[in-house]
Amino acid sequence: MKLEHMYQDIILDHYKHPHGKGLAEDFNAEVHHVNPTCGDEITLRVTIDPDDHKKLIVSYDNQGCSISQASASILFDQLNGKTFAEGEAAVDHIVAMLQRAVEPDEDILGDGIALEGVAQYPARVKCALLSWMAWKDAAIQALGTENSTQNESN
Amino acid sequence: MTTFDVAAIRADFPILGRTVRDGRRLVYLDSGATSQKPFQVLDAERDFYEKHNAAVHRGAHQIAEEATDAYEAARANIAHFVGAQANDIVFTKNATEAINLVSYTFLNATLKSLRGKDLPKGAQRFVLAEGDEIVVTEMEHHANLVPWQELADKTGAVLRWIGLTDDGRLDYDSAKLIIGSRTKVVAFTHQSNLLGTVNHVAQLVELAKSVNAVTVLDACQSVPHMAVDVVDLGVDFMAWSGHKMLGPLGIGCLWGRAELLNAMPPFITGGSMIETVSMEKTTFAAPPARFEAGVPQAAQVVGLSAAVDYLNAIGMGNVAAHERHLTQLAITELAAIPGVRIIGPTDTSNRGSAVSFVVDGVHPHDVGQILDEQGIAVRVGHHCAWPVCRRYSVPATTRATFYIYNDDSEVHALASAVRDAQKFFGV
Repeated sequence: MKLEHMYQDIILDHYKHPHGKGLAEDFNAEVHHVNPTCGDEITLRVTIDPDDHKKLIVSYDNQGCSISQASASILFDQLNGKTFAEGEAAVDHIVAMLQRAVEPDEDILGDGIALEGVAQYPARVKCALLSWMAWKDAAIQALGTENSTQNESN
Repeated sequence: MTTFDVAAIRADFPILGRTVRDGRRLVYLDSGATSQKPFQVLDAERDFYEKHNAAVHRGAHQIAEEATDAYEAARANIAHFVGAQANDIVFTKNATEAINLVSYTFLNATLKSLRGKDLPKGAQRFVLAEGDEIVVTEMEHHANLVPWQELADKTGAVLRWIGLTDDGRLDYDSAKLIIGSRTKVVAFTHQSNLLGTVNHVAQLVELAKSVNAVTVLDACQSVPHMAVDVVDLGVDFMAWSGHKMLGPLGIGCLWGRAELLNAMPPFITGGSMIETVSMEKTTFAAPPARFEAGVPQAAQVVGLSAAVDYLNAIGMGNVAAHERHLTQLAITELAAIPGVRIIGPTDTSNRGSAVSFVVDGVHPHDVGQILDEQGIAVRVGHHCAWPVCRRYSVPATTRATFYIYNDDSEVHALASAVRDAQKFFGV
């Protein structure tokens, strides 16, 4: 049954027990993304690791359907503490996977490969991508603030 | 039980014969978003294109005459359906455009007034000054909210709204406080697309009239489902869409009081809506042509007229009674499921057939997905009425809406699938 292919146990587990939910107090950038057709929302913050400026710390709070919630939980597992290049590669990969353009790569997406079944339901793809797009937006803004701070201090 | 022959009606709707999601019978419970179309409507559109297609109100050849006659006869038929005169009906792309036609009337009159331009007699009612008030309700869908927000933003008028009670009704006590001497327009829905609530039009009209405010009724969810007589309602404008009442997509209607339509500056300008044109200046045609720029949607209007005939043959009283029966059944069956909460009135007095609900522990998107897997089409999300969801502290709802072609078995299927969703998600 196709439905079980989308709602795999691993997805439902992330939905019921999300990883890393809750916003960090310090952050370099915050974004708020919504899915205007259904009202799913995420607030996502990116903090540049003070010990290693290449690493981006992720925190978030969200509400929405099982797919959007599980996807954010998986994003936290995969991208928290990763570099922009690593994160961007993961975003590109999940987008391609949901367009059925690539075979899912567990090394890149971890549990995110279980979101593959969402590709069968075009109306749900945006649910799955909401947090990943928010991360990319926030990461770019965070790095931008760091660059401008550096420019100012220069 | 109703005396209504649903099986015979269903046979007129070809789409109801198809299957979805691996051979499931289609259970279409999303008529609040758009209704399905009977053969009679599809045939009328096709007949127009096959035999009479020409640009309406242009040309003197035979099929242009036929197209014009078909268009204007349809206007008369559609007007009669809501107790109106033909020339007081303006065709638009959809109800959203019809409401924008009115909101832009206020903006255009205000802009012309600010520039010291002459306004037609009576147009002063549409001129807004900073601090004037626009009143809506908290149960509006975006089509009857955003145009007014924009109008306030552009003119310096203030948008105010009438709140809702916990049981999903309009708070009429607060309406008396909100509609006041600065109120220039009161725009409100006849029936909420999310809650199903049917508002007391007369009460709001009385309040608006006492301060000489213009009233605009959003009838998208009422005209398809109950007998509506616009003269009895006493409003100044009424907007609704054709596609929610068995008609084609791409056709909406605005009814306006004749003296107001006559006083209004145009909205969309171009061909068809003119009287005389020179390089320096244009004078405008009388309504309704003044508001129908460009080649009109004759085939859609003819299709909508066939939809009106179809509904008239059933009788709008019978339509309403059938829907009341289904609504009562749906509320009873859904409310009997532990963990399911109806958002909106749970009694069927002054209530239409939009039944919104939430399932504890299962997001509406996920409920909708389980239902879809069983062939049941419902709407999930905020239904273009995000503030209503916020008012009741729900991110979204699942909404079933019923129409003439739905039957008891489909309500049972809905309730059963909601239980399945609970099982699937382990709540």
